[in-house]
Amino acid sequence: MAKVKVKRKSTLIDMTAMSDVTVLLLTFFMLTSTFVQKEPVQVSTPSSVSEIKIPEINVLRILVEPSGKIFISLDKQEDRVNVLNAMSSMYGVSFTPEQINKFRLATSFGVPIKQMPGFLDLKSEIQDQTLKNYGIPCDSANNEFKEWVRAARKSNPDLKIAIKADQATPYDKIKTVMSSLQDIKENRYNLLTSLKSLPAEENQ
Amino acid sequence: MAEVEVKDSGKGGKKGRQKKMKIHVDFTPMVDMNMLLITFFMFCTTLSKPQTMEISMPTNDKVTEEEQNKVRESEAITILLGDNDRVFYYLGQPKYEDYTSLVESSYGADGLRALLLERNKTVVNKVKDLKERKKREEIDEVTYDSLVSEAKKTKGSPVVMIKAKLPDENGHNGASYRNLIDALDEMIICDIGRYAIVDITEGDLFLMENFEQKGALSDQIDPNLVKN
Repeated sequence: MAKVKVKRKSTLIDMTAMSDVTVLLLTFFMLTSTFVQKEPVQVSTPSSVSEIKIPEINVLRILVEPSGKIFISLDKQEDRVNVLNAMSSMYGVSFTPEQINKFRLATSFGVPIKQMPGFLDLKSEIQDQTLKNYGIPCDSANNEFKEWVRAARKSNPDLKIAIKADQATPYDKIKTVMSSLQDIKENRYNLLTSLKSLPAEENQ
Repeated sequence: MAEVEVKDSGKGGKKGRQKKMKIHVDFTPMVDMNMLLITFFMFCTTLSKPQTMEISMPTNDKVTEEEQNKVRESEAITILLGDNDRVFYYLGQPKYEDYTSLVESSYGADGLRALLLERNKTVVNKVKDLKERKKREEIDEVTYDSLVSEAKKTKGSPVVMIKAKLPDENGHNGASYRNLIDALDEMIICDIGRYAIVDITEGDLFLMENFEQKGALSDQIDPNLVKN
């Protein structure tokens, strides 16, 4: 009996085309997207029809979460160091070089200046976890927020101020931030929003 | 796993003839790596850049108070952002004794927007016209921007004052940040050139309270106070 010979076929699939596609996709993602900034709290911004984009550098972001806690993020490392030095001489809180280095590497901060050295001594994972419990004091008795912004402005005159607040934040919290900014003559700032299409264009 | 298959011609191999080589590179690991990279980029980046709304607040100087009063009565619209996403407005000077002078409105298309578009008709039409012209490429972006800002300064266009109610100590019964943004949004949609965020006054709170109680508080007004 003649055996039926099964022809051995190569199971190799040519992956070249697939590779081309993935490389293209990768290039697309790398070119169009921006990295997500690490923020101590998640906030959902209200939507607006405004289409002005925020610049990528020289931005001072003020993060306001619903209960009114304030965090600041600065995008330049030298600004962060300058700001910390200015604050430490103003409030008489001294920092070790390691603490300054740690502060330099953290994008956002929001701890009362008196507790700052202790906070910076913590491990960075614990810092990330506990940062959301702090917040920069911004009331009439102790308005450190004002000083932080003033110091940041001094360090970098091109700085643009952007407020990113949760949509459920009560108005009085926003008002304290706004009036603090007004006190230090920062009258032009941006409010971060997410995009909503223009109603007139929807009808067309 | 790049494999180079050498095909033998089978006849002992003639000398001098180029051997046929079939080069096959397996791209599977390359694809794996790329997929991993794509996943990484998809998780760690955002495609959308946040939008911003540029506002400029008045300085803290005393001048602003006088300037506020300078606004012609026919031009002024005051928007009161109340609690629970409610919004009210009155035109011109507040009439404390007449609770119907305050009108309840909404953030929707038929609320504030309808009012402001109606009031700001000349500017809205001008801007619309400019937009058309830009679409037909008669004017470029820069001239469009300058013409729009000029159009917004037209005399007789409304001046809007946005006043938001502050919440009580527990953070209830007040306007939220979203209300403020919604109101500012309407200013952009309706091409309002002159608007300001102003602190709410006792009188405005009274107006809202009186509106709630359908004018029951009107009798309590001290006539001397009204004159001021």
